[in-house]
Amino acid sequence: MELSEVFLKRIIVCIKPIPDPKEWGRLRMDPDTKTLIREEIPSVINPLDKHAIEAALEIKDGCGAEVVLLAMAPLESRPVLREALAMGADRAVLLSDKVFAGSDTLATARILAAGIRKIGSSDLIFCGNLTLDGSTAQVPSQVAELLGIPSIMHVSGMDRMDGKRLLITQKIEQGHAKLVAEPPLLLALVKEANTPRYISFLEILAAEKREIATWSNETLKIDVSLIGMSGSLTKMEDLLLHEKKRRGIRLNGDSEEIARQLAEKLHQIGII
Amino acid sequence: MKPQHIGVFIEQRNHELLDVGLELLGKARQLADSSGGRVSALLLGKNLTTLAKDLIPYGADTVLKADNPLLEPYRLLPYTALLENICKIYDLDILLLGATRMGMELAPRLAARLNTGLSAHCIDLQLDADGKLLQMVPGWGGGVVATIKCPDHRPQMATVMPGVMKKPEPVSRTGQVLDLPVEEEIHISGPRVLEVHIEEPEGIPMEKAEVVVVGGWGIGGPEGWRLLEELAGLLCGAVGATRPPVDEGWASESQMIGQSGKTIRPRLYIGAGISGMTHHVVGMDESDCIVAINTNPKAAIFAVSDIAVVADYRKILPLLIKEIRARLRDSRIDTCEMP
Repeated sequence: MELSEVFLKRIIVCIKPIPDPKEWGRLRMDPDTKTLIREEIPSVINPLDKHAIEAALEIKDGCGAEVVLLAMAPLESRPVLREALAMGADRAVLLSDKVFAGSDTLATARILAAGIRKIGSSDLIFCGNLTLDGSTAQVPSQVAELLGIPSIMHVSGMDRMDGKRLLITQKIEQGHAKLVAEPPLLLALVKEANTPRYISFLEILAAEKREIATWSNETLKIDVSLIGMSGSLTKMEDLLLHEKKRRGIRLNGDSEEIARQLAEKLHQIGII
Repeated sequence: MKPQHIGVFIEQRNHELLDVGLELLGKARQLADSSGGRVSALLLGKNLTTLAKDLIPYGADTVLKADNPLLEPYRLLPYTALLENICKIYDLDILLLGATRMGMELAPRLAARLNTGLSAHCIDLQLDADGKLLQMVPGWGGGVVATIKCPDHRPQMATVMPGVMKKPEPVSRTGQVLDLPVEEEIHISGPRVLEVHIEEPEGIPMEKAEVVVVGGWGIGGPEGWRLLEELAGLLCGAVGATRPPVDEGWASESQMIGQSGKTIRPRLYIGAGISGMTHHVVGMDESDCIVAINTNPKAAIFAVSDIAVVADYRKILPLLIKEIRARLRDSRIDTCEMP
């Protein structure tokens, strides 16, 4: 996005540390407590959130807006936030409190919205379109609704028009739509929106010393009946092992023999 | 059991009904019948008279139609405001939406406005003994399905991906179409749509292909991906992917199969280099025949497979392609017909 003069003062980017998707094979469910055993799987920043940060930084590079990262996560995820800071954001705020745990998407959105209000006035809020762990894609629209500002999901591009007007490209099933929108506005980005900048090892090292403001609910002062597990309107009733329906045959032999058996099977079921 | 009033949001763009709305009408009909309740289809847009009537054979008792030029094309804020009113005035117990790009944007905003619960990408929906909606949502990693309830708030909302529920056969039945008033001011706020650009899809759509060849993280790169494409081409099929290949850029997002991608039911699924995470499996486990190739004998994909091949796909697929070529030469065809 090409920008010259200051037309946006502050951009808040909501990000989420998630268990590294490449290690999900190690995730297990405790059958008694029905909770996830993470077995010290390292956290990484949700991949799409990097595109959200990049979008904010491109505007910052053009017009000098302040870029603030915001996450709701356990305190242990601070190193992940520092790594995200290394991309070039001005500061990061971590919302962390035991009373936040177990929040469903609406309760999470309440906490993030409270954090956004506490940071102060902002022109744009960027999010990744979804996080890979839950994949609900529900939080961005809900944050915007609670803040009373418009939101656009599936954003694959943006350009400045005139004044404060932005031209937004939104992916739809059948193609794309072009929308005209003005701040304040929340945008949820897909990966086509940009290419996140490369962070050098030195930049990561330098970010290791940076402070991260940490706010508990003492700062946010949200009514605890509206957040956490008890404040969530959706309740988990039960957790069942996904039924495995088939117990198939195993093909043996050398590669040629296996390929022959496979082709024969394809013939039997009428494919070839 | 208390009779439930179930609403289904019917998505249309350019006067084409999306199948997911009809699929959800079918499910809503089942749930309503089991509780002695009724089904309302919620249809928004302009010039909808014909489309509205088309919904009754798929299971709607009532079509609530907001028919106004202001509602075309779709815009999030006016649609949210209208659906909010409909939910309140018609006292919906349940509201189902397709997890399309429109539904994914609309459902959470509406749930927040109505202060009610929403679950995403349900793979099954049932009513409990009290008539409350049980929402089956796959949990990641552990091969589990969580049952979610929204006990105290209405409507109970859920989204379902296209293809998860079966589209019902239309039957001859009676129903009514109600026209809803649309107030001018709902048009005022929010982003405006400058243009909607429709792109023609390329090749055989994965959801309709009889054969889908699918690759996972284990494919390792674009080179291996070409092998999948060659095999799919030979079988007049489509190529699908799990999440990692999409993230790595070997495959496009529209090729993704699973909880946050597409649900497929081909006659033949061939998966290579796929571990078999629940996220993926929920999008393919109703395929007629599942063949899995993976070097790891403990890969979870084998538990849902009809034919298991513990081997490197790089060795097996070129030989399989050769074998198929030899057989096809003897029999038929050099072109694929669109299904």
